[in-house]
Amino acid sequence: MLMFTVRRILVSIPVLIGITAILFVMLNVVPGDPIALLMKEHASPDVIERVRAQMHLDDPLITRYFRFLFAALQGDLGTSIKLNRSVTTLIMNAFPNTLYLAGCAALVSWVIGIPAGILSAVRRDSFVDHFFMGFSLLGVSMPIFWSALLMQYIFAVQLKWLPVAGFYGFEYVILPAIVLGWSSAGVIARLTRSSLLEVMRHDYIRTARAKGAREISVISRHALKNALIPVVTIMAIQVASLLSGAVITEAIFGIPGVGRISINAIQARDMPLLQGSVLFATVLVILGNLVADILYSVLDPRIRSQMRKDAR
Amino acid sequence: MANPSGNVLSVRELRTEFRGGRGNVRVLDDISFDVGRGRIVGLVGESGSGKSMTALSLMGLVPKPQGQVSAKSINLDGIELASISPDGLRQIRGRDMAMVFQEPMTSLNPVRKVWEQVGEPLRIHQGLGRRAIRDRVLEMFELVGIPEPKARLDAYPHQLSGGLRQRAMIAMGLICEPKLLIADEPTTALDVTTQAQILRLMQELRDRVGTSIIMITHDLGIIAEMCDEVNVMYAGQIVEQANVFDLFENPSHPYTRGLLASIPKSTESRIARRMPSIPGMVPNLARLPSGCRFRPRCTDAMAICQTREPAVTDLEKDHRARCWLHARQDAISQGEPL
Amino acid sequence: MSQSAAVTNDLPEVIEEASFLRDTMRGFRKNRMAMVGLVFVCLLVFLAIFAPIISPHDPYRVALDEQLLPASTTYWLGTDNFGRDVLTRILYGARISLVVGTVPSLISLLIGTFMGILSGYMGGKTDFVIMRLADTMIAFPSLLLAMVVMYTLGANLFNIFIALALVGWAGVARVVRSQTLALKEKEFIEAARANGTSRVRIMFSHIFPNVTPTLIVLFSLSIPEAIMWESSLSFLGVGVQPPEASWGLLVAKGKEYLFQAPLVAIMPGVAILMTVLAFNFIGDGLRDALDPSMKD
Repeated sequence: MLMFTVRRILVSIPVLIGITAILFVMLNVVPGDPIALLMKEHASPDVIERVRAQMHLDDPLITRYFRFLFAALQGDLGTSIKLNRSVTTLIMNAFPNTLYLAGCAALVSWVIGIPAGILSAVRRDSFVDHFFMGFSLLGVSMPIFWSALLMQYIFAVQLKWLPVAGFYGFEYVILPAIVLGWSSAGVIARLTRSSLLEVMRHDYIRTARAKGAREISVISRHALKNALIPVVTIMAIQVASLLSGAVITEAIFGIPGVGRISINAIQARDMPLLQGSVLFATVLVILGNLVADILYSVLDPRIRSQMRKDAR
Repeated sequence: MANPSGNVLSVRELRTEFRGGRGNVRVLDDISFDVGRGRIVGLVGESGSGKSMTALSLMGLVPKPQGQVSAKSINLDGIELASISPDGLRQIRGRDMAMVFQEPMTSLNPVRKVWEQVGEPLRIHQGLGRRAIRDRVLEMFELVGIPEPKARLDAYPHQLSGGLRQRAMIAMGLICEPKLLIADEPTTALDVTTQAQILRLMQELRDRVGTSIIMITHDLGIIAEMCDEVNVMYAGQIVEQANVFDLFENPSHPYTRGLLASIPKSTESRIARRMPSIPGMVPNLARLPSGCRFRPRCTDAMAICQTREPAVTDLEKDHRARCWLHARQDAISQGEPL
Repeated sequence: MSQSAAVTNDLPEVIEEASFLRDTMRGFRKNRMAMVGLVFVCLLVFLAIFAPIISPHDPYRVALDEQLLPASTTYWLGTDNFGRDVLTRILYGARISLVVGTVPSLISLLIGTFMGILSGYMGGKTDFVIMRLADTMIAFPSLLLAMVVMYTLGANLFNIFIALALVGWAGVARVVRSQTLALKEKEFIEAARANGTSRVRIMFSHIFPNVTPTLIVLFSLSIPEAIMWESSLSFLGVGVQPPEASWGLLVAKGKEYLFQAPLVAIMPGVAILMTVLAFNFIGDGLRDALDPSMKD
């Protein structure tokens, strides 16, 4: 188990290096000198020159990349041009908010998605099935920014049940969590349904029935564990789509999270801040994939013993 | 012929149909046979002949709602299964009637420990606790000859060899001491040595536990070795029914003769063993030929075979065939088994 | 259930091309939702192409005396904050969405197929490098990656193509690679190799035709995704720029006036929703008809 985890982490390292490299190149070949942007026309050429030297902007790209990489490894993501504060601090201050939002959204998506998927599979082609599948198709087909507006309009503006935007307590996170969770709930419901239907076709389900097991026990004891293995792993992988969705949700609901930092950074053309926040989000995605793989191996004994064999 | 006291199972006019997009397909037609107490009865035929479907129909495991099973009577030791409720049949499955499947790998749940799966019928039908189930499974493992039984209890299916998995499946089938065990090609997925061991085990268990067995196979060698009576199936019907000696001594249906002729001599290679020597293919059940189903492949086909389905003819005591070759001009037997 | 399978699945192993196509068409036509989707998309394409002829209004004309009018017989969905007809702007937005749905999907399909076949067939170092590259691209949260590209290259339609292609190719490559790996073991590829067929020829005249059904499905399912990404980018202000009429942009601008004129923000969203649904139906229908094994 430990061996597997360590090896899996080692495999992520080239991906991480690739990501930092791609990100760095993309952001540092940007036309339009960030310093000129920062200082506008007011600065005299020699001041600009001095700041350029401070920021090592005249070194070759590769040198700057490695400097960036080693600094990032030590937790230093540079200084925000616009806010003149440490990018790491800014992100770390915003991250708990994103985590809170994403956590609530994930909870919404599991609590709705998994039971909906199970019911749909068990009552295949019934009204319940069509209803839930229609609902989840709607969830994955609605742009988040639009469903967010719609929810705001209905529940905050018209019905006045919940606050429109802001971030001052639990009631502020309900709407964004539902908006963000709904689209993932659709994915999870569809996957749960198809996975359960697939498992129900297996021979061992017939064996369970041949033993005289009740249908409910066939599903709960024999089918569900197998069927939920891919679902659990997709839940970890969904970190990526939740983060993408969080960018929009945070922008609309005014939640001061990492997503909003990256949007503000783009609007202010604050390169270090954008670089830092995207890198941070990407590392989270890689962590999510790592967790997914480890979960997968914990849940499936076949993989577990395969790993033991490999480790030897 | 029907003699409830001597028979554990007595099936009369079992029919199974599948509803499909292009109409219904009758996959089993007029299946009637008996299984005597403590006997091993074979169902033999090519794949697609309806052997496994017969087993699934008896067990109530035909996929629903496409599959529809009906029968005049299915009598399992005094219980009438043809008219029983689905939940009633569920309670009989695993307790009075159990099944061993062809693929021991896929028939076991990969993510549950073997002992839990083998012992599950006890939980379902006898409500035993974990300790008691574990002890009983251990006994069964010893009975079916699983080496180091204690260590295997907590194994997962993929950690056992094919032969051990099939022994575990048999242990699962027998754990509630059912009256009838249906073994669907129990050795097909195994290598030759293991095959022989599993077959010997099943015979021993029959002698010791007294369970009657329906042995489903396409291998006439297994039939000759194991069975007391044989039912030869073709295209969803039983075409010949006899005790094992009569069948091999005096095969009456042209299909049975063809099957027997296709048994390889010991000098032939293993590849030859797989080659059927009856020309042609099992017909598509949705598009059966007119008259006799075997007619297109039959070397003895006559004019009547083209137009009328053959009736069942008694040849001698407990030996019947569904073939015009043996029909007497006057009598077309009706209501008899087959 | 092997028996039932033997009874019901008596399909011949080799299906000729003509009947394959016919079966696909029949399977697709039987799918009611897919047909509804197809009709909707055809209608949308027609409306988008002939928008200037169909609509009596100019999508860019500013009329400050006609701001935020409610729906009427002149302005079916009312007007926006510049007095422009909302429906006309939605029709012009369809042009952008349809182009953005198809062009980047085609590019990423092309790149992904090439990389996937190469990776799966060559194996070894080539495979390792391409797959690590794909892993890397997939690890980026797509929206953020697209945002970074737009930041660097500048916000315009052409750069959206680049951003979406960059985001999309890796997923295609993974699917195509796994199919190539499976095909590589097939007898007809072995036979071609034994005949001394060159590797390039095997890859592109033997393997490629066999992955096309999958590619068609991937293409049809990546269109709605691309439409979603574009509208999200435009909504965030890093996509299509005003005064162009992208649906995402229309929602973004309309949201300022949500209280006075909700239709301005809501209706472009309805257009996105319906278009995405229609393409998803088509994609699902194609998948079920072409390649049932890919289902879910």
